[in-house]
Amino acid sequence: MTDAWTIDTVATELLACEDERRDRVRFTDEWTDMSLEQAYAIQDETLRRRLARGEHVTGIKLGLTSRAKQERMNVSQPLIAWLTDAMIMPVGLPVPNSRFIHPRVEPEIVFVMGADLRGPGVSCATAMAAVACVLAGAEVIDSRYRDFRFRAPDVVADNASSGAYITGPVLLRPDQLDLAAESVAVEVNGQIVDTSTGAAVLGHPGEALALAANGLAERGLSIKAGQVILTGGITDAYPAPPGAKLAFHFAHLGSIHVAGGQ
Amino acid sequence: MTQNDNPKLAGFAEELLTAYRTKQAIAPLSERDASLTIDDAYDIQLAQVAAWTAAGATIKGYKVGLTSQAMRQQLGVDQPDFGHLTESMFYPEHSPIDTAIFLQPKIEPEVAFVLGRPLSGPGVNVADAIRAVDFVLPAIELIDSRVANWRIGIVDTVADNASSGGLVLGSNPTRLEDVDLARVGCNLMIDSTLIASGANSAVLGSPINALVWLANTLGQRGIAFQPGDVILPGSVTAAYPVQSGSVVAAEFAGLGSVTAVFA
Repeated sequence: MTDAWTIDTVATELLACEDERRDRVRFTDEWTDMSLEQAYAIQDETLRRRLARGEHVTGIKLGLTSRAKQERMNVSQPLIAWLTDAMIMPVGLPVPNSRFIHPRVEPEIVFVMGADLRGPGVSCATAMAAVACVLAGAEVIDSRYRDFRFRAPDVVADNASSGAYITGPVLLRPDQLDLAAESVAVEVNGQIVDTSTGAAVLGHPGEALALAANGLAERGLSIKAGQVILTGGITDAYPAPPGAKLAFHFAHLGSIHVAGGQ
Repeated sequence: MTQNDNPKLAGFAEELLTAYRTKQAIAPLSERDASLTIDDAYDIQLAQVAAWTAAGATIKGYKVGLTSQAMRQQLGVDQPDFGHLTESMFYPEHSPIDTAIFLQPKIEPEVAFVLGRPLSGPGVNVADAIRAVDFVLPAIELIDSRVANWRIGIVDTVADNASSGGLVLGSNPTRLEDVDLARVGCNLMIDSTLIASGANSAVLGSPINALVWLANTLGQRGIAFQPGDVILPGSVTAAYPVQSGSVVAAEFAGLGSVTAVFA
């Protein structure tokens, strides 16, 4: 198999892992010179197949935008991936552990776009001007790689460990809060285990949006009005095994409560 | 205690007092005498405080330490600890602080309580504590250890005035009814780089809980808070080392910021 990996076969294998809830070793141990360009081609091929089976694009997610996440995953650059309607998780439902391989949940700042946004040349300022509203978010991430061990091309190909996403109860306009100072506290089984602020995401979550717009432009793509943007985990991600009770408390964007389900 | 009560504890207190003067850190007490209890350690701390006040120092407040779960787990304890703040430990904002005063300084961002009424335990609850607070200020705590290489267990840090060094207070007061203190976010910048961020709920769920704990703990020892006392309730983030030339800014959402400069 070593010489046989192609964009097509890796896409097939990743979607099979997702469907069959099985993990695997990273591809870059075998496809040692996989480039980021090839990795994004794999990601786009998996998206094409998701759309072919009836899913719809709902937005964009960024991965590894905080130093905490980059250090934990040993990957030093942010990445861009796709959200589809199959990943929407209604608020109040427990994390369906049996649907995933080894899901973990992390708090994020979420944008809903009010206008199209096309790079290059997008800055944090022009990116925020295109945002209609800001919400709290909780993302369920689930790598298809054993023990979340991957290199940058692996995780790009794997749609940045996409799993599911939940959005919070409060919608604010971006001019109503300082996102760099917006705090979040992670509560696990009633105890505060971690805290951080929006500044953990590249200094300001708007920087992540600008990065997404400019990165997509290099591939001839853009962000559309109405799309949802997950700007990346603010803290580390936490497992939600059956019976676990997680909550993410934001200073101005409300709280999201998530239980671990079967 | 008086210095005559227990020569062993008095000897350890004298060693720590000497370390302040010579800037020579000492070996961990806990490694030299495994029988030392936390109560012994507070007696060692109080012996140093007695020496300071005998020399003319005034107690201007207290600090609570070990308020994060991670720190308590690291030291194997289930309670915070406390230390004393004297007037010489207060450093002004934006004025260079001589790092040579310290042995191995680190900084922590905190929201300081300034009390407007007396408060004494036992029996203090959250409502009592809130009523006693006049206002809060953004603060940078300087921690330091007179124990070599910060190799501290609970007994070592308690004996060493809870590893106190000093504090820098911001100048913009905020009343508790104007903020949701536990949710206040904090971004810690060192040399213009974001080093850490957090929310005040990292401090025992809320810094008010640290104030309650301290009022009740000091109450058991017959110590009451006075109006004007400054209480440092515990750090929002981990502690970070500083050296000559470091510029530290702690920015608190809705409370403003405080800057410490080190020379």
